[in-house]
Amino acid sequence: MKSAAVRFDKIGKRYGAQWVVRDINLHIEAGEFFTFLGPSGCGKTTLLRIVAGFVAPDEGVVFLDDAAVNDVPAWRRDVGMVFQNYALWPHMTVFENVAFGLRERKLSRSEIDSRVGKALQQVELNGVERRRPSQLSGGQQQRVALARTLVIQPRVLLLDEPLSNLDAKLRVEMRLELLKLQGRLGLTTIYVTHDQEEALAMSTRIAVINQGHVAQEGTPREIYEHPANDFVAGFVGQSNILPGTILSIERNRATIELADGPATEVSTAAPRASAQPGDAVLLGIRPEALHVTERRTTGDGLNQIEGMILASAYQGGSVEYEIAALGKTIKARIANSKGKSLFQRGDKIIVAFAAEDVTFIPAKSAE
Amino acid sequence: MVGLLALLVAFILYPVLRVLWISLSDDQGDFTLLHFLNFFRRPLFREALWNTLWSGALVVFFSALMALPLAYVLARYEFRGKLLLQTAATLPLVIPPFVGAVAMQLILGRSGMVNLILMRWLDAPIPFMEGLAGVVLVQTLHFFPFILLNTMVSLANVDASLEEAAQNLGCHGFRLFRRVTLPLMMPGFIAGALLTFIRAIDDLGTPLMLNYKNLLAPQAYLRITTIGMDDVDGYVVCVVLVLLSLASLFAARKYLSLAEYATLQSAAPVRRRLRGKALPFVWLLIGLILLISLLPHIGILLLSFSKIWSFTILPTTYTMGHYSEILFRVPHFVLNTLRYMVLAAAFDVVLGTIIAFLLLRSRVPGRNLLDVIATMPLAIPGVVLAVGYLRVFHGWDFPGAGGPLTSSWFILVIAYTMRRLPYTVRACYAAFQQVHISLEEAAQNLGANRWRTFVKITLPMIAGGLVAGGLIAFITSCVELSSTIMLVPRIELGPIAYGIYLYMQSPLGRGAGAALGVVAILLVSLGTYLTYRIFGGRAGSAFRI
Repeated sequence: MKSAAVRFDKIGKRYGAQWVVRDINLHIEAGEFFTFLGPSGCGKTTLLRIVAGFVAPDEGVVFLDDAAVNDVPAWRRDVGMVFQNYALWPHMTVFENVAFGLRERKLSRSEIDSRVGKALQQVELNGVERRRPSQLSGGQQQRVALARTLVIQPRVLLLDEPLSNLDAKLRVEMRLELLKLQGRLGLTTIYVTHDQEEALAMSTRIAVINQGHVAQEGTPREIYEHPANDFVAGFVGQSNILPGTILSIERNRATIELADGPATEVSTAAPRASAQPGDAVLLGIRPEALHVTERRTTGDGLNQIEGMILASAYQGGSVEYEIAALGKTIKARIANSKGKSLFQRGDKIIVAFAAEDVTFIPAKSAE
Repeated sequence: MVGLLALLVAFILYPVLRVLWISLSDDQGDFTLLHFLNFFRRPLFREALWNTLWSGALVVFFSALMALPLAYVLARYEFRGKLLLQTAATLPLVIPPFVGAVAMQLILGRSGMVNLILMRWLDAPIPFMEGLAGVVLVQTLHFFPFILLNTMVSLANVDASLEEAAQNLGCHGFRLFRRVTLPLMMPGFIAGALLTFIRAIDDLGTPLMLNYKNLLAPQAYLRITTIGMDDVDGYVVCVVLVLLSLASLFAARKYLSLAEYATLQSAAPVRRRLRGKALPFVWLLIGLILLISLLPHIGILLLSFSKIWSFTILPTTYTMGHYSEILFRVPHFVLNTLRYMVLAAAFDVVLGTIIAFLLLRSRVPGRNLLDVIATMPLAIPGVVLAVGYLRVFHGWDFPGAGGPLTSSWFILVIAYTMRRLPYTVRACYAAFQQVHISLEEAAQNLGANRWRTFVKITLPMIAGGLVAGGLIAFITSCVELSSTIMLVPRIELGPIAYGIYLYMQSPLGRGAGAALGVVAILLVSLGTYLTYRIFGGRAGSAFRI
């Protein structure tokens, strides 16, 4: 079946007086790998279940391609869902599990045999047809669940934290496999996860969900490098968030006076066009964008802040420092190389960063 | 370990093997199948076998008919009055089946309440309670909660996502029920049906009370008690009974192993609120079930207070005399019961704890054999165990009893202990399983030796489970008639169940028998209530396989 586009039009769902999701407008293109990213309880799974037809929205319309599907029952939607706990039926063998959807569609026996075989091959899981789910490892169960869904050739693939029950190494392997498989099939995929690394690695686009609203929608790069608000900046990767006031804007440079700590000015790339001198802003700086040096380097002293090492954690490829500066705790991640000297707790140091690495975050927007 | 194994072999395995051997050997002690051939040649026995199978199947069928819709409604829906329905559905378990039999006679019998009312319009009474129909009716009303409770547990273990996955793949409605829900509730249903079947064919009291003798259990009893200990036919009937139990266990084993799997995951079951049009229907159902389950209780209560009750819808004169009879004039039935039950429960807990400990925390060779023997009583009808005891111990002097063990009341305690051992072992096993080994290791790591670890860490954590295990033994022994009736050495050593049986033999004694029945109901209710208090929602495991 042809892959479908999915559109959320002003979707809202509440339980009692409590809105779990509200005013969701999203357009997911056919063939896209789209991720709902957010903390637990943010409503991302509810959105997935609305697409699957297990949850009826109280407001708005869901479209598959151009057809509104609010009133189409779950069993007629042809959207395949892989459940977080896999939901394999313990009373059926692997073969029977995978063949289930085909039997529902009343396909011929030979057709079922060949398609089940093909589906199991797709997920690289042959030779276990006669086993029961309980006799399989977690990773194998995951593959069966995937095969069971793919075999019906759904128009959309829904994945509800499918990797969360696997161990770390397997998770990374499955991530790549899933991605290859999805690319090969060109299948519209909606992926739900709370793992930002997973979301960044897999998605063509991400919607970061917070408290039932879309906090930001964009490509992984947009989300990571230009977080739209402090929630996204903090949730997707780590960010040091510094409040300040715009002093001046000149062409592509701005000067900001930081609010906390001793009076400090930093220079940044220009903020968005509407910003005025005197505006309050939040600056986000990623830990890996910081440099830590023993003493001030040359120049005007801009973007160089005095601090003291509170703690250091050696991580092989990098070192993570917690630094007391500007009256708060700042995190820095410094790439490591052999022979490079490391700082110790109590060392007085200078934290420096490039103007380009500072991100403007609209101050406390949205909620 | 060796002592324990010897104990179980002596009181479980050996008596049964002895029964088996007698049925398979001739006068010279040589092996022969002749007795079995004779069994199948006699029309009386063939009929008894057929009746046993047929009535057992009917009991399972009608119990399922009552229990399955109830189980589905209770497991899947939230509604007002649910708790009431749930309680009502377990009430039959607190009344011993043979007591229920007497009560049902009064209500549905030839000259019972219902027929007296119906006779105003009908010419002849409806024979609800005649012959096999009566046995099936009484047993169905008593045993259907087994199927209900077991099926409910299975349904509660079906995670919502298992059904959603099927819907997602295009399955819904009745098809969804048939292909996914039904197979997933099968393990519980089969376990309940198995338990019902085994208990029904083992039930000696109900047919005796209803004076229907052409079933295997009463045949075995009559052979041994009237013709004598040396009549081989009695032993053959016993062996056939055991074979029936074993065969049904064997037939159900596939589902029982599935049951274990299904409970591995923690499930978020489907729950819906029931509203609107369906609600009055459900309440009607509640009323009906409540009425049916309470019928025997009402009958027995009325009878226990009635001075004269014959050919009238309700008793004509009431009295407290029956209670003073059983509590003050001949109090030994009640006192004996308390003594036997407490002792049997205590022994069961001790044995159960040791066995569970050996199974879970040791590597002693032979512990699996221990498990197998301790589970065997599930499939050994009470009549058979009693016959085995009589045969093995009648010539055996019990130290301190001044005579053979079979002439001492202690034989009853042993029988109850062994009969209920599988349940207690299971309760203790479950209790032990809750204590992760690392909790004990932590104590040892901090300097406690094995014994102190057990006393200070393990015991406090399993105490609740042990008490519940003891209560299960207590409740179920209270209503045990099939082995009691054969093993009671003298009337004054009999427990309540025996007293009821004796009193019920004469029309004049019925009132006192009913009063004893009420006492039994109260004892069992108290035990059940306490079990629920301790076990909470898992109390159902008392009535599961």
